[in-house]
Amino acid sequence: MKLQLNGDMIETQAAMLDGLLEEQGFTGAKIATAVNGDFVPAPARATCALSEGDRIEVLAPMQGG
Amino acid sequence: MRDFYGTTLANGFMLGTAQYPSPAILADAFRRSGASVATVSLRRESGQDRAGQDFWQMIRALDVHILPNTAGCHSVKEAVTTAHMAREVFDTKWIKLEVIGEEDTLQPDVFGLVEAARILTEDGFQVFPYTTEDLVVADRLLHAGCEVLMPWGAPIGSGLGLNNLFGLRAMRAHFPDVPLVIDAGLGLPSQAAQAMELGFDAVLLNTAVAKSGDPAGMAEAFATAIRAGQLGAAADPMEPRDMAAPSTPVIGKAFLS
Repeated sequence: MKLQLNGDMIETQAAMLDGLLEEQGFTGAKIATAVNGDFVPAPARATCALSEGDRIEVLAPMQGG
Repeated sequence: MRDFYGTTLANGFMLGTAQYPSPAILADAFRRSGASVATVSLRRESGQDRAGQDFWQMIRALDVHILPNTAGCHSVKEAVTTAHMAREVFDTKWIKLEVIGEEDTLQPDVFGLVEAARILTEDGFQVFPYTTEDLVVADRLLHAGCEVLMPWGAPIGSGLGLNNLFGLRAMRAHFPDVPLVIDAGLGLPSQAAQAMELGFDAVLLNTAVAKSGDPAGMAEAFATAIRAGQLGAAADPMEPRDMAAPSTPVIGKAFLS
């Protein structure tokens, strides 16, 4: 299935958000996730089913003022 | 030092973590600043280089309070969602709430700010709202549940200092019991000292340190100025007057003419 990860179109085999994160190299990372503009808390990633065209945001700590 | 949502800070210095020439210079600037709070943000992470993970390790090592922001958010929904993501990542209820309303000045959309502050407060956040010196907005923010207010000194990154002395003085007088932080617009240590002399409880700045020629040196300069301003305010400054008043006693002066 095709979907957007941080603005880039990607192809994934994952059906759930936690599987996508593992597939894309985020295992063990300190991150927060959103799907289609809505926050998905870490405990809900395993039950968050992905659909074609979903917009996934994966955010991490960054410099800020 | 006044409490910020029950947390007593060691000093009134809140320092941003953006725009430093290198991570090593950032860390050095924090060491020299003694700042008690570091502001941070959330941005897109790549699964390949995982840059945010290294940054987080460095920030944790600073051993300061973490204040995540919602910088760059232009709507209530964006800001609220970002705040939720920040709470999970940084494991803190604190959020520096920014809802930007105008591109040239980066001034807050105060209507969206009040709404977002209400939503977040009801959800258990401890909101540090980036606002203006408008007293009515300040009152609305307090009614929305905010226990700290952060009026701007001048537009973000401008280095103009305290643009509206009257407004800031009025704000301090109007809300004597509310922790007030000057957030944004400072360019010089003297401006930070002035903010503290006005009775503000802390200053939050970033660009003035990060974009100076010597960030670590400037960080220490700001720390010293903040301390000086705080001590000056606590020592009950004299009232200014229009006419001169000799400080050296006139009694006993020799008659020599």
